[in-house]
Amino acid sequence: MTNIDAKIPSGALKDKWTNHKNNINLVNPANKRLIDVIVVGTGLAGGSAAATLAELGYNVKAFAFQDSPRRAHSIAAQGGINAAKNYQGDGDSIYRLFYDTVKGGDYRSREANVYRLAEVSANIIDQCVAQGVPFARDYGGLLDNRSFGGVLVSRTFYAKGQTGQQLLLGAYSAMNRQIGRGKIKMYNRHEMMDVVLVDGKARGIIARDLVTGKVERHSAHAVVVGSGGYGNVFFLSTNAMGSNVSAAWKIHKKGAYFANPCFTQIHPTCIPVAGELQAKLTLMSESLRNDGRIWVPKNMEDVKAIRAGQLKPTQLSEDKRDYYLERRYPAFGNLVPRDVASRAAKERCDAGYGVNQTGQAVYLDFASAIERYGKETAHVQGLNENDQALVTKLGKEVIANKYGNLFQMYEKIVDENPYESPMMIYPAVHYTMGGIWVDYNLMTTVPGLYAIGEANFSDHGANRLGASALMQGLADGYFVLPYTIGDYLSNDIRTGTIPTDHPAFADAEKEVIERLDHLINNKGTKSVDNFHRRLGHIMWEKCGMARNRQGLTEAISEIQALRDEFWKDVKVPGGRNEFNEELAKAGRVADYLELGELFAKDALLREESCGGHFREESQSDEGEAKRDDENFKYVAMWEYTGKPADAILHKEDLVYENIELKTRSYK
Amino acid sequence: MSKSGLFKSSIGRKFAMALSALFLMIFLLQHLVINITAVISPDTFNELSHFMGTNPLVQFFAQPILIFAVVFHFVMGFILEIRNRTARPVSYNKFNGSANSTWMSRNMIISGLVILAFLVLHFIDFWFPEINTKYIVGDTSGLHHGEYRYYPELLAKFANPARVIAYIVAFVLLALHLMHGFGSAFQSMGQNNKYIDGLKKFGVIYSIAVPLGFILIAVVLYVTTLN
Amino acid sequence: MNLTLKIWRQQNSNDKGKMVDYQISDVSGDMSFLEMLDVLNEDLISKDETPVAFDHDCREGICGMCSLHINGEPHGPDRGITTCQLHMRSFKDGDTIYIEPFRAKAFPIIKDLVVDRSAFDRIQQSGAYVSVNTSGNTQDANSIPVPKEDADMAFDAATCIGCGACVAACKNSSAMLFVSAKVSQFALLPQGKVEAKKRVQDMVHQMDEEGFGNCSNTGACEAECPKGISLENIARMNRELISAKAAVKH
Repeated sequence: MTNIDAKIPSGALKDKWTNHKNNINLVNPANKRLIDVIVVGTGLAGGSAAATLAELGYNVKAFAFQDSPRRAHSIAAQGGINAAKNYQGDGDSIYRLFYDTVKGGDYRSREANVYRLAEVSANIIDQCVAQGVPFARDYGGLLDNRSFGGVLVSRTFYAKGQTGQQLLLGAYSAMNRQIGRGKIKMYNRHEMMDVVLVDGKARGIIARDLVTGKVERHSAHAVVVGSGGYGNVFFLSTNAMGSNVSAAWKIHKKGAYFANPCFTQIHPTCIPVAGELQAKLTLMSESLRNDGRIWVPKNMEDVKAIRAGQLKPTQLSEDKRDYYLERRYPAFGNLVPRDVASRAAKERCDAGYGVNQTGQAVYLDFASAIERYGKETAHVQGLNENDQALVTKLGKEVIANKYGNLFQMYEKIVDENPYESPMMIYPAVHYTMGGIWVDYNLMTTVPGLYAIGEANFSDHGANRLGASALMQGLADGYFVLPYTIGDYLSNDIRTGTIPTDHPAFADAEKEVIERLDHLINNKGTKSVDNFHRRLGHIMWEKCGMARNRQGLTEAISEIQALRDEFWKDVKVPGGRNEFNEELAKAGRVADYLELGELFAKDALLREESCGGHFREESQSDEGEAKRDDENFKYVAMWEYTGKPADAILHKEDLVYENIELKTRSYK
Repeated sequence: MSKSGLFKSSIGRKFAMALSALFLMIFLLQHLVINITAVISPDTFNELSHFMGTNPLVQFFAQPILIFAVVFHFVMGFILEIRNRTARPVSYNKFNGSANSTWMSRNMIISGLVILAFLVLHFIDFWFPEINTKYIVGDTSGLHHGEYRYYPELLAKFANPARVIAYIVAFVLLALHLMHGFGSAFQSMGQNNKYIDGLKKFGVIYSIAVPLGFILIAVVLYVTTLN
Repeated sequence: MNLTLKIWRQQNSNDKGKMVDYQISDVSGDMSFLEMLDVLNEDLISKDETPVAFDHDCREGICGMCSLHINGEPHGPDRGITTCQLHMRSFKDGDTIYIEPFRAKAFPIIKDLVVDRSAFDRIQQSGAYVSVNTSGNTQDANSIPVPKEDADMAFDAATCIGCGACVAACKNSSAMLFVSAKVSQFALLPQGKVEAKKRVQDMVHQMDEEGFGNCSNTGACEAECPKGISLENIARMNRELISAKAAVKH
């Protein structure tokens, strides 16, 4: 174990960020013009960072592999964004948001970072409203809130089921303003292929123009990676098809430590897998759990009848249903955190109670919400509360108003009307809490190289609470990085433009081109997707919702073998100097084949159950997760030394001064 | 940007199209009202025709504006059409326009061209002889053998069934043109919300009633000549 | 089911391009349209042919990356969805399906079915923002109440995903629905009103510069829009532009 300095400022928790901002070095406005910053990724974190850095006066070069910054996968976030505004007067505060987030993360996140996140959360809402983000409002014209899993207050701001879209378009508009001013140079359809280090500092990147295939050199005084998470290592996930680990993995290979790779969030409410050829899973917002009740039949004969199509779920009487979340967790019921809800679904399905053909689905039922809302509305409108047809009609209208777009989406995919019959859902990979290790300044272990948003590991510990990803992305991009990066860049005001003819650029470029050519010239027999699917299968079976020593050990050797096979037998059609989607995919899958192994290795090492990481060896008699603070209260940081198997472990011990470590209980 | 910029922008041009269209629709209504008198009371028709044909305000103020509006509407229509065509240099192999829009809305240029052809015929039939009689020959009396010539001239034209058929075809196309054009004009001027739903309904009635009126007049006049 | 696909193939922006026929069998109704193309591509790769290039990313109808003009309509025959949400159950055995790129002068083809929609970005860059710094020192979010009706209308306009279906569906390749959605969102909110006059003029100017056609109010855009953006937004933009131009002094 090495001594890791996370550069956490001294002082009381609530003063740390203010003191830190007061004491770090600044770059004066005239000098900012002399400094270039590269931002890779234009989602909530990258987009907001690029916009703010440009506003401050830095010259920003932003890179996105999609055709526009607006396509980044942050756009798909549905439910909302948390902020400690306490507009509802239900006792919310910065401390409470901080506490909930640390507890929700099962005490595996850094106190100081999380507190800062809670502190700036309120600012995010102010900022977004000022930018014209159309949040939901009540009839008084003020902002509305909803509640989310794992907390007891209503602090989630939302824009119907499209909060991520609205926030991303807000950041995109801020970027557009700076692109229009010439302060951001936008490189769309460009993929980062590697980071370039000069004298140990990050000084640029090698990027590939995905349209022409041209490999380019771009220099800067600092590089910021906001490239998102790596859930697609599972092949099937709710991530976008293009979401990838490559930027993060490339910087890992150049010296940035990768932290807690095994911390993955499996979201409980997704549409179950339908067929072998499926390429992508679809999430149904967690907000549905506000009104939906999750259940499976109590008796096995009913399960069989349902699967055989002889029984409809609506025909099953209340006493024959097992509302297992309400049964097991009476205090939080259907609103337990995601990891708990997912595991509970898996437990029931493993026990044979799954309700679809594959046995991997549970019901999410809105019948009682429809009834309750219907009665309420009938009462308010002075109509007959006992008219069942009327109550159902009114109730459905309320539900349609709240979740209409989600219900429509479900119906389109499953071809079944969720107003009439309960939805079928099953957990799916959704978010990765693990990522590039960063210190309090969001700098990685490489000087001048930063990681923000989902790409870093910092704030969510072993499990992320709903509506916190948007908060973290924007906090990092709008309010944290733009300040902390100044401390580092203040040493670069005399450096001048970084020349791209430095040997470090040439070497990195050469390596990139060789690798691309290798893929093209390999002329194997199996497509890229073939390998990706097989990797995903190993990951889901052996590194999924429940993990054990044997499975993880097998996973490591299976992934190694698959990786060898990939390099021998992958087939990439087309050439390098052209638009070649298969080539881009091949590069990403190659990186996943390395990350997957590190993932399994990390999961094997962590012999405790915490948050999204559930080791079967570490559970209570009732099957609840058992955390081991004595041995695992640390961040696992992996240093790359040539291949994943040889990665060296470093540990950042987590110190809790303001929160007492407790067994997380939602009962 | 300056005020003149309005008509350089695509929206400004559409606004101008809408303004000229509204003016033409009002004119059309007025024209119909006068024509109706031809089948109800030929005397009234003669009186009105003479008034319109000789009143200086109508002849030297309203008529030039009308001509300008007609020419403008056509020329601008062509300019917009050319721009629209160049906006898609390679066309689709399969374009299923009927799935998302009406025939009328997609073929304003076709209905417009038919109306233009009709206008040429109409000018040859009535406007050129009228101008010739009044301003070249110099006869502004409106008389022929001591009686008003307007109604007999009108009747003479509609004795020819081919002409009647041509008129009917043109007016059907005019109805189609108006069917889309009426609502479209308001949309182009920025008026589209739940409050103008009534206006849109009126538009449909107008678009059917006005051309139908002209058609009926033509048919009645033709039938009159048979007797 | 078995299908005949007629797909536009074009090597790059300079190539002339042509329609090519493909046969595909054993397509299941539960597959999404793009999964069907994935299967086709796997097959092409196994036969050492070049796979069909098409844009896609989130595959849940929100990123706006997927396009495709399917059987004469953008995003295919169904309403209120993007191509990635279209399922093969919308077709039947023996069907012939035309698959073409979104076509417009302002959307040049990059390869096969992939088009360059950066014209949309440039329109947004010309003014689709509120000029407020991301300093964190803005006033409290609740200091200006916004009537719920306005907020809801602004939201409805803001749900545009920038896919370009409006342009593709329009016989004139007009971008009015896209531009008006953004103009409306800001015009309806107090935060956006301050710059509303300048914004609408700049954005319409850029739209015209990009070579999109005029709006002839056919309503095809609204019908094909996967997010159901209303034509009322176009009327609002017309109104905003006309009044902005009328108000500007020499």
